[in-house]
Amino acid sequence: MVSTAAPEISAAAAAEPAPVKKAESKSLSFYYGDFQALKNISMPIYDKKVTALIGPSGCGKSTYLRCFNRMHDLYPGNRYDGQIMLYPDNTNLLNPAVDPIEVRMRISMVFQKPNPFPKSIYENVAYGLRVRGERKRAILDEKVEEALRGAALWDEVKDRLHELAFNLSGGQQQRLCIARALATDPEILLFDEPTSALDPIATASIEQLLADLKEKLTILIVTHNMQQAARVSDYTAYMYLGELIEFGVTDTIFIKPRNKQTEDYITGRFG
Amino acid sequence: MIPLSHADWTDAMPKDFVSDKLARRRLRHVKERIIEFILFLAASVSVATTLGIVLILLKESFVFFRIVSLWDFLTDTQWTPLFADAHYGIMPLLSGTLVSSAVALLVAIPLGTIIAIYLSEFAPFSVREVAKPFLELLGGIPTIVYGYFALMFVTPLLQKIIPGLPGFNLLSAGLVMGIMIIPYVSSVSEDAMRAVPMALREGSYAMGATRFQTATRVVTPAAFSGIAAAYILGISRAVGETMILAVAAGMQPNLTWNPLEPAATITAYIVQVALGDLPHGSIGYQTIFAAGLTLALLTLFFNVLGHLLRKRYRQVY
Repeated sequence: MVSTAAPEISAAAAAEPAPVKKAESKSLSFYYGDFQALKNISMPIYDKKVTALIGPSGCGKSTYLRCFNRMHDLYPGNRYDGQIMLYPDNTNLLNPAVDPIEVRMRISMVFQKPNPFPKSIYENVAYGLRVRGERKRAILDEKVEEALRGAALWDEVKDRLHELAFNLSGGQQQRLCIARALATDPEILLFDEPTSALDPIATASIEQLLADLKEKLTILIVTHNMQQAARVSDYTAYMYLGELIEFGVTDTIFIKPRNKQTEDYITGRFG
Repeated sequence: MIPLSHADWTDAMPKDFVSDKLARRRLRHVKERIIEFILFLAASVSVATTLGIVLILLKESFVFFRIVSLWDFLTDTQWTPLFADAHYGIMPLLSGTLVSSAVALLVAIPLGTIIAIYLSEFAPFSVREVAKPFLELLGGIPTIVYGYFALMFVTPLLQKIIPGLPGFNLLSAGLVMGIMIIPYVSSVSEDAMRAVPMALREGSYAMGATRFQTATRVVTPAAFSGIAAAYILGISRAVGETMILAVAAGMQPNLTWNPLEPAATITAYIVQVALGDLPHGSIGYQTIFAAGLTLALLTLFFNVLGHLLRKRYRQVY
Protein backbone atom coordinates (compact mmCIF):
# COMPACT_ATOMS: atom_id res chain seq x y z
CA MET A 1 0.00 0.00 0.00
CA VAL A 2 2.91 2.29 0.69
CA SER A 3 4.49 3.84 -2.35
CA THR A 4 8.16 4.45 -1.95
CA ALA A 5 8.74 5.43 -5.55
CA ALA A 6 10.32 8.80 -6.17
CA PRO A 7 8.13 11.37 -7.94
CA GLU A 8 8.10 10.61 -11.64
CA ILE A 9 5.55 12.99 -13.08
CA SER A 10 7.51 16.18 -13.48
CA ALA A 11 11.11 16.45 -14.54
CA ALA A 12 11.88 18.80 -11.69
CA ALA A 13 10.55 16.35 -9.16
CA ALA A 14 12.49 13.52 -10.73
CA ALA A 15 15.70 15.52 -10.35
CA GLU A 16 15.18 15.73 -6.60
CA PRO A 17 17.12 13.38 -4.37
CA ALA A 18 15.19 10.45 -2.94
CA PRO A 19 13.04 11.60 -0.01
CA VAL A 20 14.28 11.01 3.51
CA LYS A 21 11.91 9.77 6.19
CA LYS A 22 11.33 12.22 9.03
CA ALA A 23 8.79 10.08 10.80
CA GLU A 24 6.87 6.93 10.21
CA SER A 25 3.82 5.36 11.74
CA LYS A 26 4.09 1.61 12.13
CA SER A 27 0.90 -0.41 12.62
CA LEU A 28 -0.61 2.54 14.44
CA SER A 29 -3.98 1.90 16.00
CA PHE A 30 -5.81 4.30 18.26
CA TYR A 31 -8.76 3.87 20.58
CA TYR A 32 -11.13 6.41 22.10
CA GLY A 33 -12.22 4.17 24.96
CA ASP A 34 -13.62 1.11 23.22
CA PHE A 35 -13.95 2.75 19.85
CA GLN A 36 -11.12 2.03 17.47
CA ALA A 37 -10.56 5.22 15.49
CA LEU A 38 -7.38 4.18 13.67
CA LYS A 39 -6.70 0.76 12.29
CA ASN A 40 -3.17 -0.40 11.78
CA ILE A 41 -1.84 2.57 9.88
CA SER A 42 1.67 2.38 8.46
CA MET A 43 2.92 5.29 6.48
CA PRO A 44 6.07 7.38 6.11
CA ILE A 45 6.29 11.14 6.60
CA TYR A 46 9.06 12.50 4.38
CA ASP A 47 11.45 15.17 5.51
CA LYS A 48 10.84 18.70 4.21
CA LYS A 49 7.78 17.58 2.27
CA VAL A 50 4.12 18.31 2.66
CA THR A 51 2.03 15.25 3.34
CA ALA A 52 -1.73 15.72 3.05
CA LEU A 53 -4.30 13.56 4.81
CA ILE A 54 -7.63 13.45 3.02
CA GLY A 55 -10.83 11.53 3.49
CA PRO A 56 -14.45 12.03 4.47
CA SER A 57 -15.44 13.33 7.91
CA GLY A 58 -14.86 10.83 10.68
CA CYS A 59 -12.24 8.89 8.71
CA GLY A 60 -9.66 9.44 11.44
CA LYS A 61 -7.37 11.91 9.70
CA SER A 62 -7.40 14.43 12.56
CA THR A 63 -7.07 11.60 15.06
CA TYR A 64 -4.01 10.39 13.16
CA LEU A 65 -2.51 13.87 13.07
CA ARG A 66 -3.03 14.39 16.79
CA CYS A 67 -1.10 11.22 17.58
CA PHE A 68 2.08 12.93 16.39
CA ASN A 69 2.14 15.46 19.22
CA ARG A 70 0.42 13.16 21.70
CA MET A 71 -2.58 15.48 22.00
CA HIS A 72 -4.69 12.46 22.87
CA ASP A 73 -2.78 12.21 26.15
CA LEU A 74 -4.81 15.19 27.41
CA TYR A 75 -7.99 13.17 27.69
CA PRO A 76 -8.56 10.08 29.79
CA GLY A 77 -9.52 6.79 28.18
CA ASN A 78 -7.45 7.19 25.01
CA ARG A 79 -5.04 4.46 23.97
CA TYR A 80 -2.38 4.12 21.32
CA ASP A 81 -1.17 0.91 19.84
CA GLY A 82 1.78 0.60 17.49
CA GLN A 83 4.54 3.09 16.89
CA ILE A 84 5.36 6.47 15.50
CA MET A 85 9.08 6.56 14.86
CA LEU A 86 10.79 9.93 14.75
CA TYR A 87 14.03 10.19 12.78
CA PRO A 88 16.92 10.70 13.11
CA ASP A 89 16.33 9.96 16.80
CA ASN A 90 14.96 6.57 15.89
CA THR A 91 12.63 6.88 18.86
CA ASN A 92 9.03 5.79 19.21
CA LEU A 93 7.05 8.93 20.09
CA LEU A 94 4.30 6.85 21.64
CA ASN A 95 6.59 5.15 24.11
CA PRO A 96 5.26 5.97 27.60
CA ALA A 97 8.82 6.86 28.61
CA VAL A 98 8.80 9.68 26.05
CA ASP A 99 7.67 12.96 27.60
CA PRO A 100 4.78 14.38 25.57
CA ILE A 101 5.96 17.89 26.44
CA GLU A 102 9.33 17.15 24.82
CA VAL A 103 7.50 15.80 21.78
CA ARG A 104 5.38 18.94 21.50
CA MET A 105 8.48 21.08 21.71
CA ARG A 106 9.70 19.52 18.49
CA ILE A 107 6.41 18.87 16.76
CA SER A 108 4.19 21.93 16.67
CA MET A 109 0.57 22.21 15.68
CA VAL A 110 -1.79 24.69 14.04
CA PHE A 111 -5.48 24.17 14.65
CA GLN A 112 -8.62 24.33 12.58
CA LYS A 113 -9.92 27.53 14.13
CA PRO A 114 -7.39 30.25 14.91
CA ASN A 115 -6.86 30.05 18.68
CA PRO A 116 -4.65 32.96 19.69
CA PHE A 117 -4.13 33.36 23.42
CA PRO A 118 -5.63 36.34 25.25
CA LYS A 119 -2.31 38.14 25.03
CA SER A 120 -0.57 40.65 22.80
CA ILE A 121 0.62 39.66 19.33
CA TYR A 122 4.18 39.65 20.64
CA GLU A 123 3.39 37.50 23.67
CA ASN A 124 1.46 35.02 21.55
CA VAL A 125 4.51 34.38 19.42
CA ALA A 126 6.85 34.41 22.40
CA TYR A 127 4.68 31.92 24.31
CA GLY A 128 6.52 28.77 23.28
CA LEU A 129 9.86 30.34 24.16
CA ARG A 130 8.59 31.62 27.48
CA VAL A 131 7.26 28.23 28.55
CA ARG A 132 10.74 26.92 27.79
CA GLY A 133 12.09 29.48 30.26
CA GLU A 134 13.55 31.97 27.79
CA ARG A 135 13.70 35.41 29.43
CA LYS A 136 16.28 37.38 27.47
CA ARG A 137 14.54 40.22 25.73
CA ALA A 138 17.01 40.33 22.84
CA ILE A 139 16.52 36.65 22.02
CA LEU A 140 12.74 36.91 22.34
CA ASP A 141 12.66 40.00 20.11
CA GLU A 142 14.75 38.29 17.48
CA LYS A 143 12.79 35.04 17.51
CA VAL A 144 9.43 36.80 17.46
CA GLU A 145 10.42 38.85 14.45
CA GLU A 146 11.84 35.82 12.68
CA ALA A 147 8.68 33.80 13.32
CA LEU A 148 6.38 36.60 12.23
CA ARG A 149 8.40 37.04 9.05
CA GLY A 150 8.26 33.29 8.53
CA ALA A 151 4.49 33.44 8.77
CA ALA A 152 4.35 36.44 6.38
CA LEU A 153 2.76 38.57 9.07
CA TRP A 154 5.60 40.84 10.15
CA ASP A 155 4.86 43.74 7.81
CA GLU A 156 1.23 43.84 8.87
CA VAL A 157 1.82 43.81 12.62
CA LYS A 158 5.29 45.22 13.24
CA ASP A 159 3.86 48.54 14.46
CA ARG A 160 1.33 47.00 16.77
CA LEU A 161 3.08 44.07 18.36
CA HIS A 162 1.68 44.94 21.76
CA GLU A 163 -1.94 45.05 20.73
CA LEU A 164 -4.25 42.19 21.69
CA ALA A 165 -4.15 39.35 19.18
CA PHE A 166 -7.96 39.29 19.02
CA ASN A 167 -7.88 42.55 17.07
CA LEU A 168 -6.42 40.75 14.05
CA SER A 169 -8.57 39.40 11.25
CA GLY A 170 -9.26 35.66 11.01
CA GLY A 171 -6.57 35.07 8.39
CA GLN A 172 -4.07 37.14 10.34
CA GLN A 173 -4.92 35.23 13.52
CA GLN A 174 -4.24 31.96 11.76
CA ARG A 175 -0.89 33.24 10.49
CA LEU A 176 -0.20 34.40 14.03
CA CYS A 177 -0.84 30.84 15.21
CA ILE A 178 1.58 29.62 12.55
CA ALA A 179 4.15 32.17 13.75
CA ARG A 180 3.59 30.97 17.29
CA ALA A 181 4.25 27.41 16.18
CA LEU A 182 7.34 28.47 14.19
CA ALA A 183 8.94 30.48 16.98
CA THR A 184 10.33 27.40 18.67
CA ASP A 185 11.92 26.00 15.50
CA PRO A 186 9.88 22.80 15.31
CA GLU A 187 10.96 19.96 13.06
CA ILE A 188 7.46 18.92 12.08
CA LEU A 189 4.46 21.20 11.79
CA LEU A 190 1.00 19.64 12.03
CA PHE A 191 -1.90 21.45 10.39
CA ASP A 192 -5.45 20.41 11.23
CA GLU A 193 -7.60 21.90 8.48
CA PRO A 194 -5.91 25.26 8.92
CA THR A 195 -7.98 27.10 6.33
CA SER A 196 -11.46 25.72 6.94
CA ALA A 197 -12.46 28.84 8.89
CA LEU A 198 -10.89 31.28 6.42
CA ASP A 199 -12.00 33.09 3.27
CA PRO A 200 -10.39 32.26 -0.11
CA ILE A 201 -7.88 35.11 0.02
CA ALA A 202 -6.65 34.23 3.50
CA THR A 203 -6.59 30.58 2.40
CA ALA A 204 -4.38 31.44 -0.58
CA SER A 205 -1.91 33.24 1.67
CA ILE A 206 -1.73 30.28 4.05
CA GLU A 207 -1.18 27.90 1.13
CA GLN A 208 1.62 30.09 -0.19
CA LEU A 209 3.09 30.02 3.28
CA LEU A 210 3.04 26.20 3.34
CA ALA A 211 5.06 26.14 0.16
CA ASP A 212 7.66 28.44 1.75
CA LEU A 213 7.72 26.57 5.06
CA LYS A 214 8.56 23.18 3.61
CA GLU A 215 11.99 24.50 2.71
CA LYS A 216 12.77 24.30 6.40
CA LEU A 217 10.50 21.76 7.98
CA THR A 218 8.25 18.78 7.49
CA ILE A 219 4.53 19.40 7.16
CA LEU A 220 1.61 17.11 7.83
CA ILE A 221 -1.72 18.63 6.90
CA VAL A 222 -5.30 17.45 7.28
CA THR A 223 -7.63 18.96 4.74
CA HIS A 224 -11.18 18.57 3.61
CA ASN A 225 -10.47 20.42 0.47
CA MET A 226 -9.19 18.14 -2.27
CA GLN A 227 -7.97 20.99 -4.45
CA GLN A 228 -5.96 22.21 -1.51
CA ALA A 229 -4.36 18.82 -1.04
CA ALA A 230 -3.52 18.75 -4.73
CA ARG A 231 -2.09 22.28 -4.65
CA VAL A 232 0.04 22.15 -1.53
CA SER A 233 1.16 18.59 -0.92
CA ASP A 234 3.91 16.33 -2.20
CA TYR A 235 2.39 13.19 -0.79
CA THR A 236 -1.22 12.33 -0.10
CA ALA A 237 -2.81 9.74 2.10
CA TYR A 238 -6.44 8.83 1.60
CA MET A 239 -8.13 7.49 4.72
CA TYR A 240 -11.53 5.94 5.19
CA LEU A 241 -13.15 4.68 8.40
CA GLY A 242 -9.88 4.67 10.29
CA GLU A 243 -7.95 2.84 7.61
CA LEU A 244 -5.28 4.05 5.25
CA ILE A 245 -6.64 3.25 1.80
CA GLU A 246 -3.89 4.68 -0.33
CA PHE A 247 -0.69 6.63 0.13
CA GLY A 248 1.49 8.01 -2.60
CA VAL A 249 2.92 10.93 -4.49
CA THR A 250 0.17 13.54 -4.71
CA ASP A 251 0.26 13.79 -8.50
CA THR A 252 -0.14 10.04 -8.84
CA ILE A 253 -2.96 9.88 -6.32
CA PHE A 254 -4.86 12.61 -8.07
CA ILE A 255 -4.20 11.58 -11.65
CA LYS A 256 -3.98 7.80 -11.46
CA PRO A 257 -5.07 6.42 -8.10
CA ARG A 258 -4.59 2.70 -7.85
CA ASN A 259 -7.54 2.18 -5.60
CA LYS A 260 -11.08 2.50 -6.87
CA GLN A 261 -12.28 3.94 -3.56
CA THR A 262 -9.67 6.70 -3.68
CA GLU A 263 -10.67 7.50 -7.22
CA ASP A 264 -14.34 7.74 -6.29
CA TYR A 265 -13.56 10.10 -3.46
CA ILE A 266 -11.21 12.29 -5.44
CA THR A 267 -13.53 12.59 -8.40
CA GLY A 268 -16.39 13.50 -6.10
CA ARG A 269 -18.50 10.42 -6.69
CA PHE A 270 -18.34 9.76 -3.00
CA GLY A 271 -17.84 11.73 0.18
CA MET B 1 -64.87 25.64 4.60
CA ILE B 2 -64.08 25.57 0.92
CA PRO B 3 -60.45 26.44 0.32
CA LEU B 4 -59.93 29.65 -1.57
CA SER B 5 -58.31 29.40 -4.95
CA HIS B 6 -55.76 31.88 -6.12
CA ALA B 7 -58.26 33.42 -8.51
CA ASP B 8 -60.77 34.02 -5.71
CA TRP B 9 -58.19 35.86 -3.75
CA THR B 10 -57.06 38.18 -6.49
CA ASP B 11 -60.38 38.95 -8.08
CA ALA B 12 -63.20 38.58 -5.64
CA MET B 13 -61.75 39.56 -2.31
CA PRO B 14 -61.32 43.07 -0.99
CA LYS B 15 -57.71 44.14 -0.73
CA ASP B 16 -57.39 44.02 3.06
CA PHE B 17 -59.17 40.72 3.41
CA VAL B 18 -57.62 38.36 5.97
CA SER B 19 -58.93 34.83 5.99
CA ASP B 20 -60.48 33.56 9.22
CA LYS B 21 -57.71 31.08 9.64
CA LEU B 22 -55.04 33.77 9.64
CA ALA B 23 -56.90 36.46 11.53
CA ARG B 24 -55.42 37.67 14.77
CA ARG B 25 -56.92 35.88 17.76
CA ARG B 26 -58.02 38.55 20.19
CA LEU B 27 -58.09 36.26 23.19
CA ARG B 28 -54.60 34.98 22.56
CA HIS B 29 -53.37 38.51 22.14
CA VAL B 30 -54.86 39.61 25.46
CA LYS B 31 -53.46 36.55 27.22
CA GLU B 32 -50.01 37.32 25.87
CA ARG B 33 -50.20 40.89 27.14
CA ILE B 34 -51.28 39.77 30.59
CA ILE B 35 -48.39 37.32 30.83
CA GLU B 36 -46.00 40.00 29.68
CA PHE B 37 -47.32 42.33 32.36
CA ILE B 38 -46.93 39.73 35.10
CA LEU B 39 -43.36 39.04 34.04
CA PHE B 40 -42.70 42.77 34.01
CA LEU B 41 -44.06 43.09 37.55
CA ALA B 42 -41.80 40.30 38.74
CA ALA B 43 -38.80 42.02 37.19
CA SER B 44 -39.82 45.35 38.71
CA VAL B 45 -39.75 44.00 42.25
CA SER B 46 -35.97 43.99 42.41
CA VAL B 47 -35.59 47.36 40.71
CA ALA B 48 -38.27 48.95 42.89
CA THR B 49 -36.75 47.53 46.07
CA THR B 50 -33.32 48.87 45.19
CA LEU B 51 -34.75 52.27 44.35
CA GLY B 52 -36.78 52.29 47.56
CA ILE B 53 -33.77 51.51 49.70
CA VAL B 54 -31.65 54.14 48.01
CA LEU B 55 -34.43 56.72 48.39
CA ILE B 56 -34.90 56.04 52.10
CA LEU B 57 -31.15 56.08 52.69
CA LEU B 58 -30.86 59.41 50.91
CA LYS B 59 -33.90 60.92 52.63
CA GLU B 60 -32.89 59.88 56.14
CA SER B 61 -29.24 60.75 55.56
CA PHE B 62 -30.39 64.18 54.44
CA VAL B 63 -31.91 64.70 57.91
CA PHE B 64 -28.59 63.64 59.42
CA PHE B 65 -26.51 65.90 57.21
CA ARG B 66 -28.63 68.91 58.15
CA ILE B 67 -27.23 68.61 61.64
CA VAL B 68 -23.76 67.22 60.96
CA SER B 69 -21.75 68.73 58.15
CA LEU B 70 -20.42 66.40 55.45
CA TRP B 71 -16.95 67.73 56.20
CA ASP B 72 -17.14 66.69 59.85
CA PHE B 73 -18.58 63.32 58.80
CA LEU B 74 -15.63 62.64 56.54
CA THR B 75 -12.79 64.14 58.57
CA ASP B 76 -13.64 63.76 62.24
CA THR B 77 -11.55 60.94 63.70
CA GLN B 78 -14.06 59.93 66.33
CA TRP B 79 -17.41 58.22 66.10
CA THR B 80 -19.24 58.74 69.38
CA PRO B 81 -22.82 59.65 68.42
CA LEU B 82 -24.19 58.19 71.62
CA PHE B 83 -21.93 60.08 74.00
CA ALA B 84 -22.60 63.45 75.58
CA ASP B 85 -19.64 64.80 73.60
CA ALA B 86 -20.91 63.54 70.28
CA HIS B 87 -18.59 63.13 67.30
CA TYR B 88 -19.75 61.96 63.90
CA GLY B 89 -16.64 60.95 62.00
CA ILE B 90 -17.21 57.91 59.78
CA MET B 91 -13.47 57.17 59.50
CA PRO B 92 -13.25 54.83 62.54
CA LEU B 93 -16.07 52.66 61.18
CA LEU B 94 -14.70 52.82 57.65
CA SER B 95 -11.25 51.76 58.82
CA GLY B 96 -12.75 48.80 60.68
CA THR B 97 -14.66 47.76 57.57
CA LEU B 98 -11.66 48.17 55.27
CA VAL B 99 -9.18 46.40 57.53
CA SER B 100 -11.43 43.41 58.20
CA SER B 101 -12.32 43.20 54.48
CA ALA B 102 -8.65 43.37 53.53
CA VAL B 103 -7.81 40.51 55.90
CA ALA B 104 -10.73 38.48 54.55
CA LEU B 105 -9.77 39.10 50.94
CA LEU B 106 -6.14 38.23 51.60
CA VAL B 107 -7.48 34.82 52.58
CA ALA B 108 -10.34 34.41 50.13
CA ILE B 109 -8.84 35.70 46.87
CA PRO B 110 -5.64 33.63 46.78
CA LEU B 111 -7.26 30.51 48.22
CA GLY B 112 -10.41 30.88 46.14
CA THR B 113 -8.37 31.33 42.97
CA ILE B 114 -6.12 28.38 43.72
CA ILE B 115 -9.13 26.18 44.47
CA ALA B 116 -10.77 27.29 41.24
CA ILE B 117 -7.63 26.53 39.22
CA TYR B 118 -7.31 23.14 40.88
CA LEU B 119 -10.94 22.18 40.36
CA SER B 120 -11.13 23.44 36.81
CA GLU B 121 -7.72 22.41 35.45
CA PHE B 122 -6.27 19.67 37.61
CA ALA B 123 -8.84 17.78 39.63
CA PRO B 124 -10.13 14.51 38.22
CA PHE B 125 -13.85 14.34 37.72
CA SER B 126 -14.44 12.30 40.89
CA VAL B 127 -12.60 14.77 43.13
CA ARG B 128 -14.52 17.69 41.65
CA GLU B 129 -17.82 15.97 42.24
CA VAL B 130 -17.02 15.57 45.94
CA ALA B 131 -15.23 18.87 46.55
CA LYS B 132 -17.79 21.19 44.98
CA PRO B 133 -20.74 20.36 47.25
CA PHE B 134 -18.48 20.69 50.29
CA LEU B 135 -17.34 24.11 49.15
CA GLU B 136 -20.89 25.19 48.56
CA LEU B 137 -21.77 23.96 52.02
CA LEU B 138 -19.14 26.32 53.37
CA GLY B 139 -21.13 29.17 51.85
CA GLY B 140 -24.34 27.88 53.37
CA ILE B 141 -23.26 27.99 57.01
CA PRO B 142 -25.02 30.85 58.83
CA THR B 143 -22.63 33.70 59.47
CA ILE B 144 -23.47 33.80 63.16
CA VAL B 145 -21.90 30.35 63.41
CA TYR B 146 -18.77 31.68 61.75
CA GLY B 147 -18.83 34.57 64.21
CA TYR B 148 -18.75 32.30 67.23
CA PHE B 149 -16.21 30.07 65.51
CA ALA B 150 -13.98 33.14 65.21
CA LEU B 151 -14.56 34.27 68.79
CA MET B 152 -14.38 30.91 70.56
CA PHE B 153 -11.93 28.97 68.46
CA VAL B 154 -9.80 31.10 66.14
CA THR B 155 -9.13 33.95 68.57
CA PRO B 156 -7.83 31.67 71.37
CA LEU B 157 -5.68 29.91 68.77
CA LEU B 158 -4.29 33.20 67.53
CA GLN B 159 -3.69 34.34 71.09
CA LYS B 160 -1.25 31.46 71.50
CA ILE B 161 0.72 32.69 68.49
CA ILE B 162 0.34 36.40 69.11
CA PRO B 163 0.51 37.05 72.86
CA GLY B 164 -1.51 40.00 74.05
CA LEU B 165 -4.06 39.74 71.25
CA PRO B 166 -7.35 41.14 72.54
CA GLY B 167 -10.38 38.87 72.73
CA PHE B 168 -12.10 40.98 70.11
CA ASN B 169 -9.94 41.72 67.08
CA LEU B 170 -10.22 42.36 63.38
CA LEU B 171 -7.70 39.67 62.45
CA SER B 172 -9.66 36.71 63.74
CA ALA B 173 -12.96 38.00 62.36
CA GLY B 174 -11.31 38.81 59.02
CA LEU B 175 -9.69 35.38 58.70
CA VAL B 176 -12.93 33.56 59.35
CA MET B 177 -14.82 35.91 57.05
CA GLY B 178 -12.22 35.06 54.40
CA ILE B 179 -12.99 31.37 54.80
CA MET B 180 -16.67 32.14 54.47
CA ILE B 181 -16.05 34.03 51.21
CA ILE B 182 -13.84 31.36 49.60
CA PRO B 183 -16.73 29.48 47.95
CA TYR B 184 -18.10 32.67 46.39
CA VAL B 185 -14.73 33.42 44.83
CA SER B 186 -13.88 29.86 43.86
CA SER B 187 -17.18 28.81 42.37
CA VAL B 188 -17.63 31.87 40.14
CA SER B 189 -13.95 31.76 39.12
CA GLU B 190 -14.17 28.07 38.33
CA ASP B 191 -17.23 28.58 36.16
CA ALA B 192 -15.36 31.27 34.27
CA MET B 193 -12.34 29.02 33.77
CA ARG B 194 -14.38 26.07 32.63
CA ALA B 195 -16.05 28.31 30.07
CA VAL B 196 -12.67 28.87 28.40
CA PRO B 197 -12.79 26.85 25.18
CA MET B 198 -10.78 23.64 25.02
CA ALA B 199 -9.19 24.89 21.79
CA LEU B 200 -7.30 27.50 23.77
CA ARG B 201 -5.92 24.91 26.20
CA GLU B 202 -4.97 22.61 23.35
CA GLY B 203 -3.16 25.51 21.71
CA SER B 204 -1.11 25.95 24.85
CA TYR B 205 -0.38 22.25 25.34
CA ALA B 206 0.59 21.99 21.69
CA MET B 207 3.27 24.61 22.37
CA GLY B 208 4.82 22.32 24.94
CA ALA B 209 3.32 24.04 27.96
CA THR B 210 2.73 22.13 31.17
CA ARG B 211 -0.64 21.96 32.84
CA PHE B 212 0.36 24.61 35.34
CA GLN B 213 1.64 26.95 32.64
CA THR B 214 -1.55 26.45 30.68
CA ALA B 215 -3.69 27.16 33.74
CA THR B 216 -1.84 30.28 34.81
CA ARG B 217 -0.75 31.79 31.50
CA VAL B 218 -3.67 30.98 29.21
CA VAL B 219 -6.79 29.88 31.06
CA THR B 220 -6.63 32.44 33.88
CA PRO B 221 -6.10 35.47 31.62
CA ALA B 222 -8.79 34.17 29.26
CA ALA B 223 -11.23 33.86 32.14
CA PHE B 224 -10.16 37.13 33.70
CA SER B 225 -13.42 38.99 33.28
CA GLY B 226 -15.25 36.22 35.12
CA ILE B 227 -12.57 35.97 37.77
CA ALA B 228 -12.75 39.73 38.31
CA ALA B 229 -16.50 39.36 38.78
CA ALA B 230 -15.82 36.70 41.40
CA TYR B 231 -13.40 38.99 43.25
CA ILE B 232 -15.90 41.83 43.22
CA LEU B 233 -18.56 39.51 44.58
CA GLY B 234 -16.11 38.54 47.32
CA ILE B 235 -15.34 42.18 48.11
CA SER B 236 -19.03 43.04 48.30
CA ARG B 237 -19.61 40.12 50.65
CA ALA B 238 -16.70 41.19 52.84
CA VAL B 239 -17.71 44.84 53.04
CA GLY B 240 -21.31 43.97 53.82
CA GLU B 241 -20.68 41.10 56.24
CA THR B 242 -22.19 41.81 59.64
CA MET B 243 -22.55 39.02 62.14
CA ILE B 244 -19.00 37.67 62.14
CA LEU B 245 -17.69 41.14 62.85
CA ALA B 246 -20.35 42.08 65.35
CA VAL B 247 -19.54 38.93 67.30
CA ALA B 248 -15.78 38.62 66.95
CA ALA B 249 -14.35 42.08 66.22
CA GLY B 250 -15.93 44.07 69.00
CA MET B 251 -18.30 47.00 68.90
CA GLN B 252 -15.92 49.81 69.77
CA PRO B 253 -15.38 52.33 66.97
CA ASN B 254 -11.63 52.58 66.71
CA LEU B 255 -9.70 54.43 64.03
CA THR B 256 -6.97 51.93 63.34
CA TRP B 257 -5.30 50.18 60.44
CA ASN B 258 -3.95 47.46 62.68
CA PRO B 259 -5.85 44.16 62.35
CA LEU B 260 -4.68 43.10 65.83
CA GLU B 261 -6.93 45.68 67.47
CA PRO B 262 -10.64 45.47 68.15
CA ALA B 263 -12.79 47.80 66.05
CA ALA B 264 -16.39 48.22 64.97
CA THR B 265 -17.29 48.11 61.32
CA ILE B 266 -20.07 50.07 59.65
CA THR B 267 -22.29 47.00 59.64
CA ALA B 268 -21.59 46.11 63.27
CA TYR B 269 -22.46 49.64 64.28
CA ILE B 270 -25.75 49.54 62.37
CA VAL B 271 -26.75 46.31 64.11
CA GLN B 272 -25.85 47.76 67.45
CA VAL B 273 -27.97 50.88 67.01
CA ALA B 274 -30.84 49.26 65.12
CA LEU B 275 -31.27 46.71 67.90
CA GLY B 276 -30.79 49.28 70.66
CA ASP B 277 -33.45 51.46 72.21
CA LEU B 278 -32.65 54.79 70.57
CA PRO B 279 -35.82 56.74 69.75
CA HIS B 280 -36.75 57.13 66.09
CA GLY B 281 -35.84 60.50 64.66
CA SER B 282 -33.11 61.22 67.21
CA ILE B 283 -29.77 62.19 65.73
CA GLY B 284 -28.26 59.00 67.16
CA TYR B 285 -30.80 56.97 65.24
CA GLN B 286 -30.25 58.96 62.04
CA THR B 287 -26.56 58.05 62.11
CA ILE B 288 -27.30 54.54 60.95
CA PHE B 289 -28.72 55.87 57.70
CA ALA B 290 -25.62 57.93 57.06
CA ALA B 291 -23.53 54.86 57.85
CA GLY B 292 -25.74 52.73 55.63
CA LEU B 293 -25.41 55.20 52.78
CA THR B 294 -21.62 55.10 53.13
CA LEU B 295 -21.73 51.31 52.94
CA ALA B 296 -24.00 51.38 49.90
CA LEU B 297 -21.69 53.83 48.15
CA LEU B 298 -18.68 51.67 48.99
CA THR B 299 -20.33 48.59 47.51
CA LEU B 300 -21.49 50.59 44.50
CA PHE B 301 -17.93 51.75 43.96
CA PHE B 302 -16.64 48.16 43.88
CA ASN B 303 -19.45 47.04 41.63
CA VAL B 304 -18.73 49.80 39.14
CA LEU B 305 -15.05 48.94 39.31
CA GLY B 306 -15.90 45.31 38.64
CA HIS B 307 -18.10 46.27 35.74
CA LEU B 308 -15.31 48.33 34.19
CA LEU B 309 -12.80 45.52 34.68
CA ARG B 310 -15.13 43.05 33.03
CA LYS B 311 -15.74 45.33 30.10
CA ARG B 312 -12.05 45.97 29.70
CA TYR B 313 -11.09 42.29 29.68
CA ARG B 314 -14.13 40.67 28.14
CA GLN B 315 -13.13 38.04 25.62
CA VAL B 316 -15.36 36.83 22.88
CA TYR B 317 -14.65 33.37 21.59
